[in-house]
Amino acid sequence: MIDYNEFISEKASGIKPSGIRKFFDVAATMKGAISLGVGEPDFQTPWSVRESAISSIKKGYTQYTSNTGMPALRIAIAKYLSTRYNIKYSSDNEILVTVGASEGIDLSLRALLNDGDEVLIPEPSYVSYSPCVKLCGGVSVAVPCKVSDEFKVTPNELLACITPKTKVLIMPYPNNPTGAIMERSHLEAVSKLCIEHNIIVISDEIYSELTYDVQHVSIAEVEGMRERTIVINGFSKSFAMTGWRLGYVACPEPLLSVMLKIHQYCIMCAPTVSQYAGLQALEDGFIDDFKAVEAMHEEYDMRRHFMVRTLNRLGLECFEPKGAFYVFPKVSSLGMNGEEFATALLKAKKVAVVPGSAFGDSGNDFIRISYAYSIVSLRKAMKRIEEFVLELKENMAK
Amino acid sequence: MDKISKKILQLLKDNARCSNEYIAELLNINESVVEETISELEDSGVIVKYTAIINNELAGNDCVDALIEIGVTPQKISGFDAIAEELMGYDMVKNLYLMSGGHDLTLTIEGKTVREISLFVSKTLSAIDSVISTKTLFILKQYKEGGVQLFSNTEDKRELIR
Repeated sequence: MIDYNEFISEKASGIKPSGIRKFFDVAATMKGAISLGVGEPDFQTPWSVRESAISSIKKGYTQYTSNTGMPALRIAIAKYLSTRYNIKYSSDNEILVTVGASEGIDLSLRALLNDGDEVLIPEPSYVSYSPCVKLCGGVSVAVPCKVSDEFKVTPNELLACITPKTKVLIMPYPNNPTGAIMERSHLEAVSKLCIEHNIIVISDEIYSELTYDVQHVSIAEVEGMRERTIVINGFSKSFAMTGWRLGYVACPEPLLSVMLKIHQYCIMCAPTVSQYAGLQALEDGFIDDFKAVEAMHEEYDMRRHFMVRTLNRLGLECFEPKGAFYVFPKVSSLGMNGEEFATALLKAKKVAVVPGSAFGDSGNDFIRISYAYSIVSLRKAMKRIEEFVLELKENMAK
Repeated sequence: MDKISKKILQLLKDNARCSNEYIAELLNINESVVEETISELEDSGVIVKYTAIINNELAGNDCVDALIEIGVTPQKISGFDAIAEELMGYDMVKNLYLMSGGHDLTLTIEGKTVREISLFVSKTLSAIDSVISTKTLFILKQYKEGGVQLFSNTEDKRELIR
């Protein structure tokens, strides 16, 4: 009998599979279960975008594109970044079109890390940073963020984690799972530390279009940061295009050329049909001032109000998220941690939410609820959660 | 019109049955504000009527819908308004518009049978003095009604959790 373990690399076996999947597989088999777990828009990709992709196929534009992505798309991305976020990159050699923002994260880390290099990751945050760091031989260092700081990463917490081996800081804002954002003043404080300690920033801005009441600010726009920032963004969340797998990286040429080298060997180019779709999404936006994005944004904002209001009424501590499409309430006042709450809720009321622990230890007392669902589903699910919480409270009072 | 009124109208256009509580929750305002705004909108005639969008096929409605394009001779002083007023009076006429382009008025009409509609065109419409031409177009299938796709698949296919 062959022993596969002999063959599997230490790095690969060293990373844990994501615990969330198992949890939702249970929900999927339950009749009448409602999931509030999905982290992707419930909207369809705008029709003109889908239409443009179909037309590109009909015309037979099905070959590889340039490794960096179609020139027209890179020009559009450069225009988008400069008009929406006031950050300027040359479409010639500072923008790389990737297979989703995920590839951008992986490429950045692969381009930067040597064995033992430390990467600071504010926590709670998206599940894939740490495994990607480990696969590159790096060491991920969790920077705990607190609900009292609205889950922003603070200079003090950062400073406590910086060592001579610290090379990279990942800035995942607007944040999944907390919905936290970083405003300009907060970014400036963090930037100062990065410059002082010569740290490179990987800024994952995939939710940049989804901030509420405040405009998104890219850390690359902060003085002195452009030269030490890799901006990662994509079409998934802003344009409801998750399945197209289309993202991009923008950074100074000396870093981009290294990423391009890796991308050339491993990926070749982002899917051509998706690139045509992405180009259409941006061109539509330039003409109608991103009407489709704005319509989705408005809908998310209404749902956000509903969620926060409902959770507060239930007496669950929930800071008002200003970004993404998640709420991150604390459940420990009910005498259980996030994982226990989520398990019991699924069993009792057939509603699936994600335990905060999936996003790092600092999320243990929390659950993540996605509001990327129709308001009808949200109301139904929140009603069940309300019943569940009231029953818990009654039992506690006894 | 103020922003709140606009947003309330948008929500009601999407679902006329949604409650004041629901609107208040979504817009993060007081329920009393919603109630007040809606009565103002009703009283001032901005909100004309609350209705439902019906999928006739599923409802088993054997009605016949048609669109009729009409050419008319405009009247002195009243222009198209006089003839419009006359047409509006018929219950069968559901919508009536003054149009740009090759003809003047377009109306939509709902009848029980093709015969009922043809009688309306041949006996009623063409009998009106100022009507000089009519063109009747029968609707064969409803695909989209009031912004809603009637036969689209809305199943949630999302699986990936992040």
